[in-house]
Parts: sequence; C-alpha cells; structure tokens
Amino acid sequence: MHPVVKLVTQRLALGLLLMLAVSALIFFGVEALPGDTAQAMLGQSATPEALANLREKMGLNEPVLWRYGHWLYGFLTGDMGVALTNGEDIAKSVGGRLGNTLFLAFWAALISVPLAILLGLLAARYNGRWPDRLISGVTLATISLPEFVAGYLVLYFLAVKLQLFPAMSMVFPGMGVFERLSAIILPVIVLVMVVLAHMMRMTRAAILNVMQSAYIETAELKGLSPLTVIWRHAFPNAIAPVVNVVMLNLAYLVVGVVVVEVVFVYPGMGQYLVDHVTKRDLPVVQACGMIFAAVYIGLNILADVVSILANPRLRHPK
Amino acid sequence: MLDQVKTNLLEIKNLRIEATSYPPGEAPRKVVLVDDVSVSVQQGRVLGLIGESGAGKSTIGLSAMSFARGGARLAGGQILLNGRDIREAGAGELRGLRGREVTYVAQSAAAAFNPAKRLMEQVIETSLHHKLMPRAEAEARAVDLFRKLGLPNPETFGSRYPHQVSGGQLQRAMTAMALCPRPDLVVFDEPTTALDVTTQIDVLVAIKAAIRDTGVAALYITHDLAVVAQVADDILVLRGGKKVEYGTTDQIINSPQQAYTQALVSVRSIDHAEKPDSAPVLSVANITARYKGTNFDVLKNVTVDLSAGQTLAVVGESGSGKSTLARVITGLLPASQGRITFAGRTLSADLASRTKDDLRELQMIYQMADTAMNPRQTVGTIIGRPLEFYFGLKGAAKRARIQELLEEIEMGAGFIDRYPAELSGGQKQRVCIARALAAKPKLIICDEVTSALDPLVADGILKLLLALQEREGVAYLFITHDLATVKAIADKIAVMYRGQVVRYGSKTDVLTPPFDDYTDLLLSSVPEMKLGWLESVLASRKMESGGN
Repeated sequence: MHPVVKLVTQRLALGLLLMLAVSALIFFGVEALPGDTAQAMLGQSATPEALANLREKMGLNEPVLWRYGHWLYGFLTGDMGVALTNGEDIAKSVGGRLGNTLFLAFWAALISVPLAILLGLLAARYNGRWPDRLISGVTLATISLPEFVAGYLVLYFLAVKLQLFPAMSMVFPGMGVFERLSAIILPVIVLVMVVLAHMMRMTRAAILNVMQSAYIETAELKGLSPLTVIWRHAFPNAIAPVVNVVMLNLAYLVVGVVVVEVVFVYPGMGQYLVDHVTKRDLPVVQACGMIFAAVYIGLNILADVVSILANPRLRHPK
Repeated sequence: MLDQVKTNLLEIKNLRIEATSYPPGEAPRKVVLVDDVSVSVQQGRVLGLIGESGAGKSTIGLSAMSFARGGARLAGGQILLNGRDIREAGAGELRGLRGREVTYVAQSAAAAFNPAKRLMEQVIETSLHHKLMPRAEAEARAVDLFRKLGLPNPETFGSRYPHQVSGGQLQRAMTAMALCPRPDLVVFDEPTTALDVTTQIDVLVAIKAAIRDTGVAALYITHDLAVVAQVADDILVLRGGKKVEYGTTDQIINSPQQAYTQALVSVRSIDHAEKPDSAPVLSVANITARYKGTNFDVLKNVTVDLSAGQTLAVVGESGSGKSTLARVITGLLPASQGRITFAGRTLSADLASRTKDDLRELQMIYQMADTAMNPRQTVGTIIGRPLEFYFGLKGAAKRARIQELLEEIEMGAGFIDRYPAELSGGQKQRVCIARALAAKPKLIICDEVTSALDPLVADGILKLLLALQEREGVAYLFITHDLATVKAIADKIAVMYRGQVVRYGSKTDVLTPPFDDYTDLLLSSVPEMKLGWLESVLASRKMESGGN
C-alpha cells in the first residue's frame, strides 16, 4: 500500500477511536452527576412514584451500558433525543445553530487565515526590522485583549459612534446572504483579531526556522528576490507546523466563540450551549459536547493529513 | 597589462572580509576572516582554493558572488567580475549577476536542494528566473547536462525529488544546476567532500569533463590537496584567512615553497610498524544482524579477530555495515546470529544484560565530538563521570586523575574547567579520547574519529592514539572510510562491502595485490597527490562503483 494511504487511514481510524472515547467520557461524565434526567425534568418536588414512572418511560432503569449504546446509536443515525426544557428535537434546533456558527467561523477563517499567513511571510521577510515589529506588536496587542473587551470596543466605535454596522448580529431563517454578512461583520472583526496573532507568529517562526537551511542560501545565490525565496522555497517546507496552528484556530472559531456570540447576541452553538447548561438540560449538553468534540478531532485529523501530504518524502517514496 | 585585465574573468584584489563576534559576557569583537588576498581567474581556467576549516576558502569563494554568510562583511579590496567591482554593488545588481554570471555548487547537495521541489524545477529555476531561455530549452539543456554528468535515466531524472536519488547523484545534479544557465564562473565549494571515495571519483570525473566541455571558469574549494590537484590549473593555499602560497598546480604539488604547503603535501606520513598477533581480546564470530522492522541483513556472517593492543581497521563506504558492526559489538543492536567473545568471556547480545565490567572495558569514541559531549558540562565533569561511575573516585582523587588524563592527551590540566564550546575540533576529540581512557578499557571502538577533522589535526589525533596504545596496551577497532588513515594506524584490516567482510588479514596482506575487485576499486579511488592521477586511474578501472 502507498505509505500515504496507510498513514491517512491510520489517522482516520485513530480519530474514530478518539471520538468513541470522547463519547464515553461525555456520556458517563454526565451520568456521574448527582440526580438524573427524570429528576431534572420533574424538579425537587417530584413524588417518588412520578419519578419511577418517568424513569420507566424514559428507559432510565436499563443497564447503563445499554443506554450508552442506545444513545450512541441514536447519535449516529441523527437522533439526538429531545430537549428537556422545551421538548424540541435536539437535532433540529442544533442544526440551525450549528449552521450559524459555521457561517460565522467560515468568514472569520476566510479572512484571518490568508491574512495571518501573508503577515507572517512579511514579518519573516523583514525579520527584526520595523515591519516585523509593527505586525507582531499589533497582532499581539489584539490577542492580549479579552474577547469581550475587544467586542465592546468594536461595538462602541463602529456601531455606536460611527454607526457603520448593526450592533446586534441577529440572523434568522430566510435572511439573504448579504444581510447576513452585514450582520456578522462586527463579530468577524473580533474573531479575526483574536486568532490572527497565533497563526501569524507560527508562520513567521516556521519560516524563520526554514530560512536557516542550506537550500535557502542556494535560492539566494540563484539571484531570487527575498520574497520569492520565502514564498517559493521556504513556505512549502513550513506548511506542516503552520497547518497545525491554523486548524487549532479554526477549531477555536467553532467551539470557543461563546463570549463573542453572547456579546453580539448571535444565535450560534455557544449561546445555545450556555443557555442549556444553566437549565441543566443534559441531553442538549451531551449533544453539543459531541459536536464540539467531532469538530475538534476532525480538524486536527485534517491538519495531520495535510501535514502528511505536504511531506514529499511520504508523498513520493523512494 | 591592459590585455591581462581584459581576459581576467574574476580578479580579487586585496580582499578583506570581517565579521563581528559576540562572545557571551564580553564586548563584541571584530574578527578578520580574510586578509589581503588577491587572486585572478581567466576564462576557462580552474583555480583551486585549499586550506583547513577556518582558512577562509568558502568565504573567498562566496565573495565571487559578493555574498557573505552570517554577519560577515566584505570590508575592503576589490572584487572585479567581468571588469566591474561588485563588492559594493546594490542588492538589485547582485541579484542580476548571481545565477547569471556566477553560480554555486554547495558542499552538501543533500542539504542544498529544496526537499519540497522536483529536481528539474530547481535545476532550471535560475535560467527561467533570469529569462535566459524559454522553459522548453532550459529543460532540454538540463537533460543534456544530466546525460553529460552520467546521471541515470537523464530524460526522467528531473522528475524526481531530492530524497529519491543518492548523494553522488545529487552532487552531479547540483553541478547541472550550476551549469544550466551558462554562467561565466562556477564556484565549487567542497563538492565531493561528503561523498564516499568511490563515488567521489565519479563526481570528480563528471565535474572535470563538464568544466572542459562548457569552457566555464571555476573556483574549486577543497581541503584535500590530492583532489584539487586533479582539477585545478592554479592553486591558492590559504591559512587563517591569509595567503600562504599561490602558483600553478604543478608548482604547488611538486615544489612547494612554504613549510605549511609542504606539510599539506606530505600529510599522512605516519609510519606504523605492524604488531604481531597475540591473544585475541575481541572475537567476532559469524555475526548476522538486521534492524528492527526490516527484512534485510545489514551484516552477513561477519567474522573478525582483534588481538590485545592491536588496531583492527574496518573500512568501507557508507552503507557497508561498518558502523552497524560497532553497534552490534557494543550491544546497541543485538545480533540475530553469531557470537562475540570479549576478554575471554562471551558477551551477551544486548546491552541491558551486560556486566559493569563489560561496559567499562569496551569504550567508544565518535565521529562528531561536538554532539558526543554535553555542552553544559565542563571538561572535568565529562571526563570525571566514568571515573566516578566505574571506580567511585570523588573529590581530590578524581580531580587528580582528570588532570593526569588531560596530560595524557597532551592538553594540560588548565582545560579542566573549560566548556566544550571553548575547544577546537581537535581538542574536543581529545577530550572524548580521555573520557574513553578514563574507564581503563581493553578495547576502544573509534567510529570515524578523524573524519570531521582537518588533515593536520587528524594526524595529531592519530599520533596520540598510537602513543596511547603503546603506553596503555589498549586495542582499537577503527572504523573509517579513509584509506590513508588505515595505512597510518592499522595492524589488521577488514574491508566491508554490503554487510560482508570481503577481505580480511594483516595490513600488509590486505594492501598487497592481487586484490579482489572491490578492494581494488576502493584502493584505486583514493586520490593521490600527483597530477594526472584521475586520468590514469580511469584507464585501469575493473569494477563500477556500487555506492551511488
């Protein structure tokens, strides 16, 4: 078998295994909490009879492994159960929320990833000189600002003072793409500010590391210009570390944006999760946990796969 | 005189190159790398630059492209290329001439090729970048050069990645890359140093033919006078950044004027009488070994003996299994078959089950003294460690013994509190020798211990090893690819080829004809310090090199 196929298959298998482990962790973790779903639904004042009836009805008296298998099977077939608080089908309400989160993450990524890499290349090109310091300084300042502070600053200046964009990022089904885009401009700006520095610094460091190699000197002695050397000879060899950091940040854009969503009242996964945690709606929490874990593991596997594919030794074995 | 200036392709006048060093805790210091060096190269001629490491030869070579590594500056003098001074040319002008008028062949082609790009893309990059020819023409020229340089499958060679071809092939591909844009001058910076001796000769032939066919001028940088004697028309001998001697190759080789040049020409003149066999300290019997997860025997049925106080030299090219033999003897790689007897007892195959005495009596010295020492420990700590571990020495007794050992390696007690970074390459290797000696071993395995050193320094190390053997009666298993070293130090020789011992016996027997084919190839590939050696050896070739 081609080594790349083998390695990629291994990574995928490993990812599935990891996913299984995470699902067990999420299920049994929630299981270990005091009280159960029936208790949570009926509240403190429930009579023992009512509790017993409900437990019977919900299958809570079955062995725990059986319930885990049932839950996992349901998840794989798209049945995530019903929310306790409003009786809605979780899969359906999560679907819309996840769509919103991905929409926001997509645009934030589309702007931040190329921008971060470009700035990283420039910083490496002018290593130690003022463009490098300016880029590093500005991006480090934006990452050092807590998200909610950045969020309110952006709100204050762009929405309140200059009144350029709406302060609330309300989106709803049936909205046109352009309306949606204009609604999410502010959260996108904040997210870009948050993830830019990490990717930029990694690109810069990876490129500078490669710049020590003998083949960079070869390229310089061919008479290539510094940016051509960096882009054509250094960057292809710096892809693996950069991709890993990019994927970590993409994962963050999906699973870590709770604060930004709350600040801009954006109906995404983060807010949905927070709402239901406060209401002890365990099936929803479990479902959100699974989705976040899947995104995280999936993106990291993707990073691994890209790194493997970027390695000519693996792509073209002897 | 005017005519002279016209035909000089490159003329370097009173060149001075400086760098600033920043020793920790001290004020920055100015260091002169090259001082008042003048040379000239005419169209189609080859100038050899020779000297030890630190002599400034690469620095001068790169100055022909007005390029200085690291923090070095081309501080003074003139570098006239095609009649104009390029020393202080602007970045744009330099980019215009680099790759177009002067190209560069690096020492390690394996590192100098971008691992992420196909060879063809890199070979023709300069021609395309400077718009010297259209892509199709450049590719055709590259294929033509691949063919001229004797690369396999020249039509498809360029579609491979650097890791898919051997070191010798990469070095030739690098030469093709340098010649492709039809430069006026090529700087060859130790192009064969990293290669096996049998591969070196092929590359040398290819480079020489390419220079002749294209009529290009060249700077040929090397530390090996015998190599440069084969390709250069003129030779400049350098030491410490200064000119020692400058003349035609014939003058330098056959009638050197300066003492330093004479030492270079006569290097490796150690005379070592063969010692008779006595009771064997090490017997390796029918050893077969393979690395985990492979199905290929790297050692096949290897049998050698080593008498107490003798030196057994194991010679062969890279990949011949000579270092693997050392790993098996030390127990790092347990053999799958065979038996090793050491000092009268059978050694267990793997390291973990050996006794402390087994470990103590069998020491090792490595090629890279640099990486074999902890940079954060002083010389005293490094040498003191085995004293403490094996003999329980502490305090004043330990220190006294360390000083004694330092005297033995001819360095003196003053080095005891120095760090490895403060030592020269030769001194580092001496400290490693002292560390091995500290254990009072019966056998020291020396793995290419002089390969990374300059010839004169290496000579000093070999002399020290011989003197120590005389005094301490320690046996050496000396692994090397360098036959000159073997001739200098060995009592017995084992020639290895593809995991097997192809020739084994006393030095005189092994080095006396009739030879087997491989030994003949190996011996005849060692450059000799005389003009026309390359041509004469080619005429009498029996066997193709297996190394590349």
